[in-house]
This record gives sequence, structure tokens and C-alpha cells, in this order.
Amino acid sequence: MEFRPILSAMLRNKTGSILVALQIALTLSIVVNCMFLAKQRIDHVNRPTGMDVDNIISVRSMGFGTDYDHDRTIDNDLRLLREMPGVISASHSSGLPMNGSGSANGFAGSPDEDASRVTANYYHVDERMLDSLGTTLAAGRMFRDVEIRRADNELLNRMPQQVVITQALADKLFDGEPALGKRMYDGLGESAEVVGILEHMYGAWVGWSDFDQVAMFPQRTEGPHIRYIVRAEPGKRDELIPLIEKTLADSDRTRLIRGVSSMEETTRNSYEGDFAIAVTLSVAVGLLLGVTGLGIVGLASFTVRQRTKQIGTRRAIGARKRDIIRYFLIENWLMTTIGIVLGTVLTIAINYSLASAFNTDQLNYGFLVAGMFMLWLLGFMAVAEPARRAAQVSPAIATRTV
Amino acid sequence: MFLYNLRLARMSLMKQPLLTTLMVSAIGIGVGACMTILTFVYVLSSDPIPEKSDELFAVRVDSWNPESPYDDDKPEEAPWQLTHTDAMALLESDVPTRHAAMRKAVYTVVPDNPEVAPFFNVARMTGGDFFEMFQVPFLYGSGWGPSADENAENVIVLGHETNEKVFGGTNSVGKTITLGTEIFTVVGVIDDWQPHILFYDMNNGETNPVEDIFLPFSITDRREINGAGNTNCWKDEQIDGYFDLLRSECVYVQFWAELNSAEQKAEYQRWLDNYTEGQKALGRFQRPTNNRLSTVTEWMEVQDVVEDEVMVVMSIGFLFLTACLVNTIGLILARFVAKGPIIGLRRALGASKAAIFRQHLVEVGLVGVAGGVLGLILSRLGIKGVQQLLSESDNLAALNLDLLLITFGIAVVSAIVAGLYPTWRVCQLPPAGYLKTQ
Repeated sequence: MEFRPILSAMLRNKTGSILVALQIALTLSIVVNCMFLAKQRIDHVNRPTGMDVDNIISVRSMGFGTDYDHDRTIDNDLRLLREMPGVISASHSSGLPMNGSGSANGFAGSPDEDASRVTANYYHVDERMLDSLGTTLAAGRMFRDVEIRRADNELLNRMPQQVVITQALADKLFDGEPALGKRMYDGLGESAEVVGILEHMYGAWVGWSDFDQVAMFPQRTEGPHIRYIVRAEPGKRDELIPLIEKTLADSDRTRLIRGVSSMEETTRNSYEGDFAIAVTLSVAVGLLLGVTGLGIVGLASFTVRQRTKQIGTRRAIGARKRDIIRYFLIENWLMTTIGIVLGTVLTIAINYSLASAFNTDQLNYGFLVAGMFMLWLLGFMAVAEPARRAAQVSPAIATRTV
Repeated sequence: MFLYNLRLARMSLMKQPLLTTLMVSAIGIGVGACMTILTFVYVLSSDPIPEKSDELFAVRVDSWNPESPYDDDKPEEAPWQLTHTDAMALLESDVPTRHAAMRKAVYTVVPDNPEVAPFFNVARMTGGDFFEMFQVPFLYGSGWGPSADENAENVIVLGHETNEKVFGGTNSVGKTITLGTEIFTVVGVIDDWQPHILFYDMNNGETNPVEDIFLPFSITDRREINGAGNTNCWKDEQIDGYFDLLRSECVYVQFWAELNSAEQKAEYQRWLDNYTEGQKALGRFQRPTNNRLSTVTEWMEVQDVVEDEVMVVMSIGFLFLTACLVNTIGLILARFVAKGPIIGLRRALGASKAAIFRQHLVEVGLVGVAGGVLGLILSRLGIKGVQQLLSESDNLAALNLDLLLITFGIAVVSAIVAGLYPTWRVCQLPPAGYLKTQ
């Protein structure tokens, strides 16, 4: 089949062809950039957490009455929680990872005043915390129950003697050297012995680049706030939530139980913005492909109707049905391809300007290739039906005048 | 003439329903998507208290670490919040018309009625000036006076919801309410009040709801409270308990001042500089003097209320609209070119180019209006969808009249822009050629 007559026909209708190519180009650049940005968000959300997020329940308690006794309440609550069927483990904690609020401090691997400090997110936890979170140790041990300081301990505001830290934090503090048994220092020159190293876990802030620099100290919160982290057997989480709320609330009237919720839900809230952007961009991609596809269908059907007479003439002088179909397919393919070439340049330009204005990442070219194929396919699908209809034009049409 | 053109346009559009539907939906979808995003950006960036925003100033003094700025990304800025020490000192100034230090706290409300279970509440600890300064509407009573601030009296202003829960929505002024173990006297109940941006405290979630109880800030200076909200510290200092934190270099207090004229502002700036100069002598404020007074909108900009992500999505929204418009141009062009014979006939019968141009402009305009209506419907759906995704309350993005007009404007203008070239092309058609084939 001859490109030349198709090209010259296209050149006669320059504006129309340019518009289709432009439409394809814009569509490609938007679709590729949207897919890329959406995929980045999704990857961000799907990073491994190092915790059994699906089966964790978090509960908060806040004491208020004059009779409130922080230590007594924690003792009772943990006993009740650990007795409940379906509970694998329960711990008290100063916070819940990945929920967006927590504490951080700067620590160093040596007592030197000018040693560089590493910011770490820290939690005050008990000896069962690893079981309650479903995290694993890479080396060393977890705290012993005698090491956990109770709320009435006078030294509660001083650094505890032991600490468990994530591998990521250990690497930063000790420059990749084995950390076990070494001491971690705070800005006041106090220190704790690193007794355990965690393989990996998330801290409080999912958007923070050093989200995996986490430290755990063996002590209770000062009160009157405390949080419990409860890990349920798979499938038991949702039935346990109302049960936990009722059991704890009924057991002690000097405090308030609130925020009994699954970690999954909290995490979803933390990622809400990422999720919203991913969905919005995906919807945009879908809508735009639809609009462009239908636009091509519309234009192609229109051209077919316009050219009924020429098609009839060609058929009358010997063109077969498949020649007609091929004509329209090739014409469309040419326009799509010109659009894709233009679009490739545009895609990179848009990616570049977004990157320089808003610090987004540089495009992964796999997305561009995927986008190209998507548009070739879209162009083909859109023109298929109008082309088929064109082939149905009877040769006799040519003999009739309008 | 216009009505005649309108009738022609309708007839012409009805003749090819498929193409017309495509054009209208292309514009509608483009405008709908664009408006959805624009609504969020508009609401996030619009002034939450336009009547007064130029007279309200977020006050900041740079008490931060001599070694490094508060925010590495904005090294020229002072810390977002104040230390308790500085907040208490600033309250001594008599330059501002009104001023208030504030911070967040949590309390347990214990209703007298044993049938109502105790509940948790977020409180704003602030000064009596807060209510007048921010024009808070009252349902019953009013804010507290200066003596309550001075003596850290147990007075409280309730929000709608708490008043409903504890007092069944009745006028509770003069009654008492128990928070934890303390008893407070109600002096006022505020009416519905929810700035779409919680401008007075953007450190703790700028689209959060307004707190439902208000208590004198001076209480925090005398008695231990359960503070909440972001606390940032830089200094290595031993903090043993609540009162140590008050005396520390940690920042967690927001401070606002009302200054009604440029002279007053300049005077207050001098007062602040003077204060920090004095503190330098005591060994504090070792950074270069950097005391900031930012209006509400300036402060929103510093706080990046409209995040980069939103701007990225907005840029894409406009590209999306462009793609939809190019689509529409193609369709309009094809239609108009096909109308050549009729136009030729009309030209031959004496219609001027201008008349043809007007006629087709009306036709394109009609497409724009239809696209605008569709876009409006789609943007309502889009906004609902995004709200769902962000689980935002309705205070964000209730479509207002401005945006309604903008939606319509964008649709009609973009249709006309899209139609201008095709219309111009149509007018250039030489009548004779078309008449021949007729």
C-alpha cells in the first residue's frame, strides 16, 4: 500500500490532521506523566512497613479522676487485654507508628560534643512490643520486663539504660559498624546501651525521608495518657475492637478510653493524600483516553461520510474492501505516529518543568514506551469501526450524483 | 438577530447529535476536571477572614538554635511558634489593639448528669482578646475579660457541640462544667464558626475543626495542663516535667496581634526588636534579629497551605483542559467545513462574512454553555469524590458563586476560543466553489 496518496490527502486537509496529531501528543504527555506520578504515589504507599499492620489494634486511655493511678491502670489494662481470646500480644507504648504524631530527638554514637547527631523517632515501650508490632530482631535481644521503668520511677525524664534501634538508625549512628553493645548518646551526655537491632520498621511520619530511623526505650509514659498496641490473630481484629473498648471502659472509671481503631485505618489516613492524588490522576488518565478515543471516532466517522463519493469511486475502479480499510488504518496510524513523536517531546518537557517547579522525580522511560503503545492501540481501536463502515460503501455510489 | 442565530444554531446542532454530544462532553469533561482541582486550590488559598486579614498578624521571634535555622528549606524564616517565656513577655506589650497567645490542650469533660458519659475534648488555651480579634460569633454570652486572663480564672467558652452534649443546647452562661477534676464557669457559647483554614494555628493541621472549648491561656502558666500539638526543641536541656518545659527553649505557642495601621505595626516591630535585643543580653536570641509580623495570607504562604502536590495536579488539570479543547476544535472544524455548501448558498444570497461569523459564534457559544452546564455537574461530582478520598468535612470546597461563574466563564470562553479558528475558516470559504457542486 502506498503512503504517498495518503500523505498527499492528509496534506490537503492539514488543519484536521494537525489537530488529531496534537490531540494525540497532548494525550500522550498527560497520560504518561499522570501514570508516572500515580505509580510513584502507589510505590510510596506500598513500601514494606516491617510490621503486621493488618492485625494491629490501637487503644488510647486518658486518666482524669482524682483517684486515677497511672501504673495501676496500665497493669490492669494489660492483664485484661492479654487474657482476651484472639489476642496474640498487647503492649503499652507512647505512640503508634505511622499515625503522623510522635517524638524525635538527636542522638550520637559517641560522647564527643561535636559528634554528628542523627535524628531518630523514639517510643517508650514494654518488653513485648516486638510481638505486638510483629517486627523482628536482626541481632541482640528485646528488653527484659525488669528493665521497663514504671511511671512512678524518679528517673523517668532521664535516658533509660537500654535501647533497641532499627538497623537504619544503627548504620547512621555507628557508620555501618556493628552496633550491638555500643552506647547511644543524647545531647545531655546521657547514654543507653544498644541491646537489640530491629531489621526494619516505620516511625511515626510516613512522609519523612528518614522514616525508618526508630529507637525504643524501656519505660512507661508519664501519664495520664497511655496507648496500647494489641496484635490480634488473623481475622479476629474487627470483632476484638468493640470488645476491647467495652472491656477497658467498664474496668476503670477514672479514665477515658478512646480511639480504638485498627492500625490499617490509621495508616490509610496517613496516606490519604498520596491515595487521593493517585486516584485523581488515574481518573484523569481514564477520562482523557475516553475523550481522545471518542474524538477520533467522531472525526473518522465524519471523514468517512465526507469521502463517501471518493470511496465509491475507488471501489468502482477496482479497490477491494480491505484496501479501503487499510487506507483509513494507515492514515490514522500516520497521524497517531506524528502525534506520538510530538508527544514524546512534550512528555519530557512537561516532566522536566514539573520536576524543576515542584521537585517531582525524573520520568522513568518505561512509562513513555507503555504510553506510546497505549495510544497506538487506542488510535487503532477508535478508527476500526469507521473504517469498517467505509468499506461497506457500495461502488454504485460513485455513479450517482449528489 | 441573536434569536434567529440561536435558532439556526440549535437546528444545526440537532442535525448531528453524535458530534454535538461529543463536543459538549469534551468541553464538559475538561472543564469539570479542571474546576474540581481549581476549587480545592481556590478554597485552600482564599482568605479565611477577608474583613480583617490585613490587620491580623502572626507574631514570631527568632529564638532558635544559633547553629542552624528553624526550617532548612526556609532559612530566612523565624520559628513557626514561640516559647512560653516569650509569649508571656509579649503579652506585656500595650502596642497592639488586641493580642493573644494560644496553644492546644486536651481535657476530659465530665458532665454533671451521670447519664452522659465523660468525653474527650480538644481545647484552645487563649486570651480573652481572641474572640473579638477573630470576630467569633456568639450564641450566648461573650468572651472573658482581661481580669480573667490576669488571674487565670476558671472561665470557659463552649462550642456548639459541647454545649449541646452537656447542657442540651440551652443558654449555659453562668453554669459550671467539670473538666478533669477542675470546675469552670461558662461565660459564653459560640455560634457555628469554622474558617475553612484554621489560620490561627496551622501548625497542627490547617483544615482541622475549630476547638470546642476555650480557656484562658494564663492557666497554662500557673497549673499543669495536658498540652497537645507540635512541640519543637533545639537546645540540649534537661526537662523534668511540665514547668521545666514552660521555661525551656521549646516552641509550642502561637501568638497573634491586631495592628490597625502601618504606624502601629512599625511601633510593634520596634517593640519586638527591643525585646529580643534585651534577651540577647541575657544570652538568648543568638541568631541575627529576625522578628516577623505576617498577615493571615502571608502566613498561609509561609506555611505552604497549598502544597506542591496540589499545584502539580492543577498544572495537569490545565493540560487536561487544553487536550479536551483541541479535541473540540477538531470536531467543530470538521462540522463547519462540512457546512461549506450551505454557507456558500447563504453567502451567495447576500449574507456578509460578519453575519456568517456571528451566526457560527452563537453556535459555538451554545456548545460552550451546554459544556459549562455539564462541566458544573461533573465538577460537583468530582468535588464530592475528592472530599470522600480526603475524608474532608464540607467546610472545604463548598462551591461558591465566584467559582460557579468561573466554571461557566471557562466553558464558554474555551468553546469560543476553540470555535474561533473554525469559524474564521468557514468565513473564508469562497461561495462560488461550493455552489457549483450543489
